[in-house]
Amino acid sequence: MENLIGLLIAAPLLGAVVLLLGGRRLDKAGHWLGTLFAAASFGIGVVLFADLLGRGAEDRTLYEKLYTWIPVEGFQADVAFQLDQLSMTFVLLITGVGTLIHIYSIGYMEHDERRRRFFGYLNLFLAAMLLLVLADNYLLLYVGWEGVGLASYLLIGFWQHKPSAATAAKKAFLVNRVGDMGLSIAIMLLFTTFGTFAFGPVFASVGNATEGKLTAIALMLLLAACGKSAQVPLQSWLGDAMEGPTPVSALIHAATMVTAGVYLIVRSAAVFNGAPDAQLVVTIVGAVTLIFGAIVGCAKDDIKKALAGSTMSQIGYMILAAGLGPVGYVFAIMHLVTHGFFKAGLFLGAGSVMHGMNDEVDMRKYGALRKFMPVTFVTFGLGYLAIIGFPGLSGFFSKDMIIEAAFAKGGTQGWILGGVALLGAGITAFYMTRVMLLTFFGEKRWQPDAAGHEPHPHESPKSMTIPMVILAFGSVFAGAFFEIGERFLKWLEPVTGYEHGNSPVSAMTVTASTMVVLVVGVGIAWSMYGRRPVPVVAPRGSLLTRAARRDLLQDDFNHVVLVRGGEHLTRSLVYVDHSLVDGAVNGTAAAVGGASGRLRKLQNGYARSYAVSMFGGTAILIAATLLMRAV
Amino acid sequence: MSALAAATSTSTGEAVQFWVLGTVAVIGALSTILMKKAVHSALSLAGTMIILAVFYLANGAYFLGVVQVIVYTGAIMMLFLFVVMLVGVTAADSLKETLKGQRWLAVLCGLGFGVLLIAGIANAKLTHFNGLGRVNSAGHVEGLATLIFTKYVFAFEITGALLITAAVGAMVLTHRERTERAATQRELAERRVREGVQLPPLPAPGVYARHNAVDVAGLLPDGTPSELTVNKTLRARGQIRDVSSEALNDLKALEQASAERLGREEASK
Amino acid sequence: MNPVNYLYLAALLFTIGAAGVLIRKNAIVLFMCVELMLNACNLAFVAFSRMHGNLDGQIIAFFTMVVAAAEVVVGLAIIVSLFRTRHSASVDDASLMKL
Repeated sequence: MENLIGLLIAAPLLGAVVLLLGGRRLDKAGHWLGTLFAAASFGIGVVLFADLLGRGAEDRTLYEKLYTWIPVEGFQADVAFQLDQLSMTFVLLITGVGTLIHIYSIGYMEHDERRRRFFGYLNLFLAAMLLLVLADNYLLLYVGWEGVGLASYLLIGFWQHKPSAATAAKKAFLVNRVGDMGLSIAIMLLFTTFGTFAFGPVFASVGNATEGKLTAIALMLLLAACGKSAQVPLQSWLGDAMEGPTPVSALIHAATMVTAGVYLIVRSAAVFNGAPDAQLVVTIVGAVTLIFGAIVGCAKDDIKKALAGSTMSQIGYMILAAGLGPVGYVFAIMHLVTHGFFKAGLFLGAGSVMHGMNDEVDMRKYGALRKFMPVTFVTFGLGYLAIIGFPGLSGFFSKDMIIEAAFAKGGTQGWILGGVALLGAGITAFYMTRVMLLTFFGEKRWQPDAAGHEPHPHESPKSMTIPMVILAFGSVFAGAFFEIGERFLKWLEPVTGYEHGNSPVSAMTVTASTMVVLVVGVGIAWSMYGRRPVPVVAPRGSLLTRAARRDLLQDDFNHVVLVRGGEHLTRSLVYVDHSLVDGAVNGTAAAVGGASGRLRKLQNGYARSYAVSMFGGTAILIAATLLMRAV
Repeated sequence: MSALAAATSTSTGEAVQFWVLGTVAVIGALSTILMKKAVHSALSLAGTMIILAVFYLANGAYFLGVVQVIVYTGAIMMLFLFVVMLVGVTAADSLKETLKGQRWLAVLCGLGFGVLLIAGIANAKLTHFNGLGRVNSAGHVEGLATLIFTKYVFAFEITGALLITAAVGAMVLTHRERTERAATQRELAERRVREGVQLPPLPAPGVYARHNAVDVAGLLPDGTPSELTVNKTLRARGQIRDVSSEALNDLKALEQASAERLGREEASK
Repeated sequence: MNPVNYLYLAALLFTIGAAGVLIRKNAIVLFMCVELMLNACNLAFVAFSRMHGNLDGQIIAFFTMVVAAAEVVVGLAIIVSLFRTRHSASVDDASLMKL
């Protein structure tokens, strides 16, 4: 059974190789091949899952060692995989959602002449992501980590003829580099501290390390997570990443890759458990991003960017939960999975809308689409209900658990974190309702596109709607399925550990207040966008709205502090280089040159001068000899 | 004087000889390096060497003393004189220093070196004087010969080879292979015309009633001496006699005499 | 008188010869000064020979003379050929030993 783990990765990898090297011969069949490989991987995942279910709870960790990667004395790194409940969850999410999105892409990318390449990249992404979650050591995880970064870069910039897409890809790549630097430093620290990269030995010997070291490692891991999961302060790339094709946004920038940071933190739970300070920082990052993303999501008129803000915010929930320690790990992953369903569904719905609207993304130019796209409307609506936490749907369960766990942190911290999580739920309700109202309700506000084509909204083909329907099923039932009988908790507990938090407020109170903020959020949105007509041109808005439209000035901040600062630093370094370094070098050269010029005068070519030197030297030698004898 | 006394000290006669001749030797050495003309230097050096020969004799090195006189003073110094004659006198004879600071450095180094040497000798423990009585018992020259042909025979042979090499070397260095035939009178004349420097033969030295010699410069019509007329070696040595003023004086005296004569003739009229 | 005085004289003559080498420009005179130094050494050898009571010092002095003769022959030949090519016996004229 262990041998299947390698196949899990090999299938999409083979797909990527075949599709990317196959050339134009595969243009006709490329998308089917890619989907087939993804589905094969999903099939293997299901088989493995069934196998795991057949084992005892403590016996559900499988290992497969392919070969020793770096066989150096004292520096052992293996290509080895570890499949446990946590990895399994991710494998099913990645291959499952991945396969659905492959199917969706067949329709969505139908008219793109580089579709084969697109599927190759998607397969590459699947392989890298699976490598990331299946690696049994940090070094191999890093390979997957960089692999998904590469796939993300290639897919964001897939429409590279658009300068905005190329720039966005570059930006994502650069911002991710900062996080990757954190991961590489963390891995170095891990190696110097524990002498190994493998998860098992590292987590087993966490007790031997000082808290300071653990905190340093944990903070570096957090930096990596911030970069990959678009958390403050490295969140600026996610909004721009929406330049990529919508399936990419759904798969990579909503459901799977951006959650790699959460995986990293939960996987390194042992390290974080030993560093309470780092955990506090994790919760703060999560809480800040939660609100940050939500506010950005409120102001965006671009449907994908509004969803991107939402993604940021929801991952903020997960990071917050992960920062709470054993109380929250399980709920972080649970929210991750449910979010994977409904956010992928929402993105696919957005893609479907764009597909029918001549690729228009401005929600102010939508309106009243429910009549034209019934399937999209229903599936999107179910995803919407799930994300705002409508009772009984999946978002309701998972988000509720996180809010409760945040309160259970205890003390002032618990109240603040819980309050922020609650507030976030309210804002989520507001902006998602706004998206819903602007897109599917109200008046027709369609406008001809730049080429003068009047949009003719229509329902998307089956290949696109079927995945949306399946994801909508997941959005509706996953939460309840996980929660009834605490199935998910029991499944994951052996890996992540769990302890029940003692919340100062009862679970009923939390649920009730969540309902209240939910209703308030929806109500405000209805009063703003549902009751009166929506202007096609966005009003100027308040200061906060304008700031939020600009991603809360994140890019401006980066520009002023980092770009300008970097320019100034570079300029001063150049100055130092010119004046000090070059000065020292040139000065030395000039001094040597001058000294040699003077010394050269001694070499005047006159034999008698040389004779004087010899004679003087002899005299000095004799004097020295006599002196030494005297001494 | 007993053998022991001879070994540890010297006789009063030798002391007198040392102080007198030693002083002369130092003076000779000094004048060797200070005399302007190379010939004088050579002569001073020869004098010093003869005194050293005397000292060798006084120190019991009879063979060496004689060799010093014959080889050094007789042969080597004469060789020097020959070369001086060959090379002639040049500007190099000037004692004027051309290198900046060279003389001061030389004097300074010399003084320091001398002081060090003398201090070193003074510091050395030279208390044993064995004298040469024992080694000269079988005869002095025989003693030397025994050493040369036994202990130092290889060195002796090698110096022989060295001497032959030196002789051959000197010949190689000074010998000039004639690579082209000698220019004929005609060719020399043609070359002079081509170069246009000095077409006729160089003017002869001055010819004067009382002086008809190579060291007298010929006079130009205005009475000044011509540089061309004397050998340049003599010129460099400053051995030219200038008779131009003499000639003018003679002319003046002649005019005066003729004037007097004419005056007398007029007076007699 | 102490025979050590011969050594002092030798030292003095040697120093004078060395100074002469340094201050004279005429190659011939310079050579004479070298001969003076050699002779000073010979004097010291002879004096030592007498002090130590063996003839080895005199043998060395003898060899010095032979070698000096060879040296003079070659040296003067060099001076003559130098004079032929440069029309000067000044050692300063041959100042090509520089950059």
